[in-house]
Amino acid sequence: MTDYKMHLLVCGGTGCKAADSDEIRNSLKYWIEQTGMEDDAQVVFTGCFGFCEKGPIVKVLPGNTFYVGVQPGDAEEIVKEHLVKGRPVQRLLYTDPVTKEEISDSKGMEFYKKQMRIALRNCGFINPENIEEYISRDGYMALGKCLTELSPQEVISEIKESGLRGRGGGGFPTGLKWEITNKSEADQKYVVCNADEGDPGAFMDRSILEGDPHSIIEAMAICGYCIGADKGLVYIRAEYPLAIERLKIALNQAREYGLLGEDILGTGFNFDISIRLGAGAFVCGEETALIHSMEGLRGEPTFKPPFPSVSGYLGKPTNVNNVETFANVPVIINKGANWFNKIGTEKSKGTKVFALAGKINNIGLIEVPMGTTLREVIYDIGGGIKDGKEFKSVQTGGPSGGCLTKDFLDTPIDYDNLIAAGSMMGSGGMIVMDEDDCMVSIAKFYLEFTLEESCGKCSPCRIGNKRLHEMLDKITKGEGEEKDIERLKMLSHVIKDTSLCGLGQSSPNPVLSTIANFEDEYLAHVNEKKCPSGQCKDLLKYEVVEDLCTGCTLCFRNCPVGAITGERRQPHYIDQSICIKCGVCYWKCKFNAIKLS
Amino acid sequence: MTKIKTLADLRKIKEEVQSKIKLRENSDHPEQVVQVKVGMATCGIASGAKETMKYFVDELEQQAIDAVVTQTGCMGYCYAEPTVEITLPGKEPVVFGYVNKDKAEEIIDVYIKRGALIDGIIPLAFRTIDD
Amino acid sequence: MDTIQLTIDNKPVVVKKGITILDAASSVGIHIPTLCHMKLDDLNIENRPGGCRICVVEVEGRRNLAPACCTEVADGMVINSHSIRVINARQTVLELILSDHPADCLICAKSGKCELQDMAHHLGIREIHYKGEQSTYREDTSPAIIRDVDKCIMCRRCEMMCNEVQTVGVLSAINRGFNAVVSPAFEMNLDHSVCTYCGQCVAVCPTGALTEVDQTAQVVRALSDPTKTVVVQTAPAVRAALGEEFDMEPGTLVTGKLAASLRRLGFNYVFDTDFAADLTIMEEGTEMLNRLSRFLEGDKNVKLPILTSCCPAWVKFFEHQFPQLNDIPSTARSPQQMFGSIAKTYFAEKMGIDREDLVVVSIMPCVAKKYECGRDEFKVNENPDVDYAITTRELAGLIKLANIDFNKLPNEDFDLPLGESTGAGVIFGTTGGVIEAAVRTAYELYTKKPLQKLDFHELRGMEGIRHATIDFAGFPLKIGIAHGLGNARKLLEKIESGESEFHAIEIMSCPGGCIGGGGQPYHHGNAEILKKRQMALYQEDSNKTIRKSHENPYIIQLYEEFLGKPMSEKAHHLLHTEYFDRT
Repeated sequence: MTDYKMHLLVCGGTGCKAADSDEIRNSLKYWIEQTGMEDDAQVVFTGCFGFCEKGPIVKVLPGNTFYVGVQPGDAEEIVKEHLVKGRPVQRLLYTDPVTKEEISDSKGMEFYKKQMRIALRNCGFINPENIEEYISRDGYMALGKCLTELSPQEVISEIKESGLRGRGGGGFPTGLKWEITNKSEADQKYVVCNADEGDPGAFMDRSILEGDPHSIIEAMAICGYCIGADKGLVYIRAEYPLAIERLKIALNQAREYGLLGEDILGTGFNFDISIRLGAGAFVCGEETALIHSMEGLRGEPTFKPPFPSVSGYLGKPTNVNNVETFANVPVIINKGANWFNKIGTEKSKGTKVFALAGKINNIGLIEVPMGTTLREVIYDIGGGIKDGKEFKSVQTGGPSGGCLTKDFLDTPIDYDNLIAAGSMMGSGGMIVMDEDDCMVSIAKFYLEFTLEESCGKCSPCRIGNKRLHEMLDKITKGEGEEKDIERLKMLSHVIKDTSLCGLGQSSPNPVLSTIANFEDEYLAHVNEKKCPSGQCKDLLKYEVVEDLCTGCTLCFRNCPVGAITGERRQPHYIDQSICIKCGVCYWKCKFNAIKLS
Repeated sequence: MTKIKTLADLRKIKEEVQSKIKLRENSDHPEQVVQVKVGMATCGIASGAKETMKYFVDELEQQAIDAVVTQTGCMGYCYAEPTVEITLPGKEPVVFGYVNKDKAEEIIDVYIKRGALIDGIIPLAFRTIDD
Repeated sequence: MDTIQLTIDNKPVVVKKGITILDAASSVGIHIPTLCHMKLDDLNIENRPGGCRICVVEVEGRRNLAPACCTEVADGMVINSHSIRVINARQTVLELILSDHPADCLICAKSGKCELQDMAHHLGIREIHYKGEQSTYREDTSPAIIRDVDKCIMCRRCEMMCNEVQTVGVLSAINRGFNAVVSPAFEMNLDHSVCTYCGQCVAVCPTGALTEVDQTAQVVRALSDPTKTVVVQTAPAVRAALGEEFDMEPGTLVTGKLAASLRRLGFNYVFDTDFAADLTIMEEGTEMLNRLSRFLEGDKNVKLPILTSCCPAWVKFFEHQFPQLNDIPSTARSPQQMFGSIAKTYFAEKMGIDREDLVVVSIMPCVAKKYECGRDEFKVNENPDVDYAITTRELAGLIKLANIDFNKLPNEDFDLPLGESTGAGVIFGTTGGVIEAAVRTAYELYTKKPLQKLDFHELRGMEGIRHATIDFAGFPLKIGIAHGLGNARKLLEKIESGESEFHAIEIMSCPGGCIGGGGQPYHHGNAEILKKRQMALYQEDSNKTIRKSHENPYIIQLYEEFLGKPMSEKAHHLLHTEYFDRT
């Protein structure tokens, strides 16, 4: 086997694949062969690098040369210039948005500087379809250590000691969950990996499964050993075909290598994993709903207790953890609880993966130690707000989280601080909003999501969210009254107080937090019938500025509904009762004679 | 593929496959290993930089020295090609000129392995001006 | 037994460990309102999805409110069942439910019996603060049941009945969020599904979302048509429940008032399905004995056990689910259909009335009977043997409509000849009754000896599956009884796998038998009512002088004058049927 002198890591995450990274990989291979470098340079298709904003990404090692926005046609130049002649292709290098300098070594990128990659340790580093690359990075060593050196109780103690908490949103101590499942007596138990990631814009779990599937397999086996289960199930949404494919490959490899199946590493421990596909219902991320879905029943939650740890899949004790939680486990075993629990804050240990999205320069996937401030994430790693706009709010915790203002930018991120601030950790979605975003519309947007994703089982969530949405809709249309704000609050509190599962108990959070933090915007909508950000179409008014209008008739001719009248060379007039606020006149006018108010 | 039957088997496989991604591991922590940058512009290649680089790569690997050998553009010392910049962990980079195979052998044996300075270092002051 | 201490509304309470807050509160007389929850104690039936959120209570130290129906009590728990926070939450949740519910209470079939209406009254809702869009669905009409799902509040009782109790699996929640509703799969019509029309969904629906097809208007039209002779038959279970519609104690027998009210409504002849029940015993009992004796003679072609076939929902159930067993049930028609057949032949001939001019109406505790009387095999030249089957509830409506003061009616008798019946016919209305009636006759026909004791207590009760062995002069006749189709399924699966050791099995679709039928006055989750109705039927039986079907003089006369003997060719033609594979 050749040891290559150069490795070209091509991002094979869903985002970059969608932007033709398959073709980039093939082209690179082609040109490497053409230039006779096939013994020197190796092309590796990896998981996500996280820097999705600038994908597709190709990283050349040694040297960490970080090429962004690569097209298949760039392969020839990368090979001939960089590989053959040793001259990095300047035009493909990442340019720092602040200093405007090209950065050749990714180690120098602000995006990576403050990150600490534990769960994502192998993403963008190894070929996820090659078990040997995983093994070379201490893969399955943690499982080996557990099976040969530690008792289940000792492993559980180690996980408890590490302070690892559930990364799916709840933040329940993982070790404690394992302990409860361990103590539940039954002839059969199950380990379930919750890969039903459903928050809009979130792709933490997908990236881990795509970039490092073996880490999940290894962790599930460790969990199985701890709780006394020989069967594992990964519940993954069918919309993640690449993750499913990579997981299947990984499962087969693990079985071939004897790391899954019977008598693993000669210890007598049996464990295997099968995949269950979900149809992509948000509520199936709730563990009881997830279990029902796996059982072939309607994906809706049931009352807890009994908790799955006592009575779960097919009525048997079932330990459900999410992907990111599992991804931390092998590292904790290898490096020790004491290494892990030094990272983070007092009650939130380790790191957290976030999917950065919204009006931020560096959209992508990041992992930071708990306790990193929102400011560091948004400005240092995220590169600040797009187009130099003003930061307005950041929404954490997915559709059920809250919208935080700039007053919270210096809050260290951890489970408890976010809750205290009126939001939550959730699974790691982080959406940044700027001055152009209307907070009433944002609340409405999230309500739309929960409305669609509610299972409809309990009345407050089924009907209450609908009514909240209707009230918000009314407000954005300028039909709201001041007492609607009070009603929104009252109804929100009842929904939170009475809903059956976490979805309904948190769905009004965007409403409550936007009212709490941006009440003036609500008041402007209901009292002045104005949208301060100019986002609510129904509150906009297109008017002709008579002094500037030359009567050129351009607007008149382009108006799709005939709302504009006027004689040639005479100021025109827009009939507000006909206008549909499409904005065509505004964009067409060459004299800035259409004003938006 | 034969099955991994024991933890010892697993460790053996790890040893076997580790070298395959050593390049990536070292690149991830370049400050912890010896970094060798070979000037590989036209001038360098014309003076035999490719052979020099190959020698470094092979020799360092053979001697099991953790190192990253990268190529870089013209360093500006075209008169002294091939030029090689060596950075030992925790030390300032040092640039050597006229690095042919013999010189490379000397650099590995004396500077990289023992940390002792040898002839052929291009003065930093000169480099600064030229930059 | 482990007990724990807790406090409910400042009252210290000691209760069994493991029970819910709802049960703990009720044990000390604190009533926590519920909407989706329903429990039929002795029948082991409980609906507890925790979906309506009306029963929420405040539990000290808990972040949100707890649903009393689902939350287990814990030691030292401090519960407040009616704090301001709780009342506000309940009212708001109910307002939300009402905001998505048509406000046509005044003309709703469920008006006055609607649990949602009662709840709105109970919680004093005077205004709906959160108005908005209402969900709308297509109305689905079948031969027996109407689904008006705009009125569905997702309590899931029907779903639980259909899936868990009956194992029919037609109704389940579909769609998501605001559009979630209970429906057959793919929103298909009930009559395209495997629905048996047992009507248990109707029996438990708290609102007007599920109701029977109302045929009282057709009955009134027939009654007012001078060219028609209208004959009515009334099923045994009706007399034990109708009184409830007129504020009588559950279990009050109203046989005499029932006959009187039917006569006042204008029916020309007031007959009794019990007569046909006796006739059923003659046919079915004879068939059973035939099969049994051939079996004992070693005839390999004869199949046992024989299954009763009185219940139309049960018949439709096995036609859909176990068509391979279609040759096992008795071929005897149900009492309703035997009555119709005899009325439109024997009686019509006797009275000199054309079949077309005779209208047969039946009063049934059942909604499936509406479907049964429409089956093609029960028609002659398109003219059905039974024209209309109305439920106990519909009859009560008719009586009220006709301004009849039911409670003050005198007791009257049924007309002859089709109104005379034995105690055996009466107990057809309860689980275990058909087989007890059959045993009374079969025993005497088989052993040629009179029974010493007519009450077979070993066949009675409310257990879902029961079995007994009756000594037939040395031959141990093994009998199985199931009520509820889920229980029936268990017995059928045993028959299929060859594990069944029974010679005869009685099956009724509804929990409790016909007394708990889908057309009976609503029990609203009170299982005591079913037990009282059952007691009433056994009481009527023991009050009768003749208690064995084969001793009914008018049955004897019917065979002498018309049918010949049981299982004769004529009897076969008029009183037996065949089954179809509906898969």
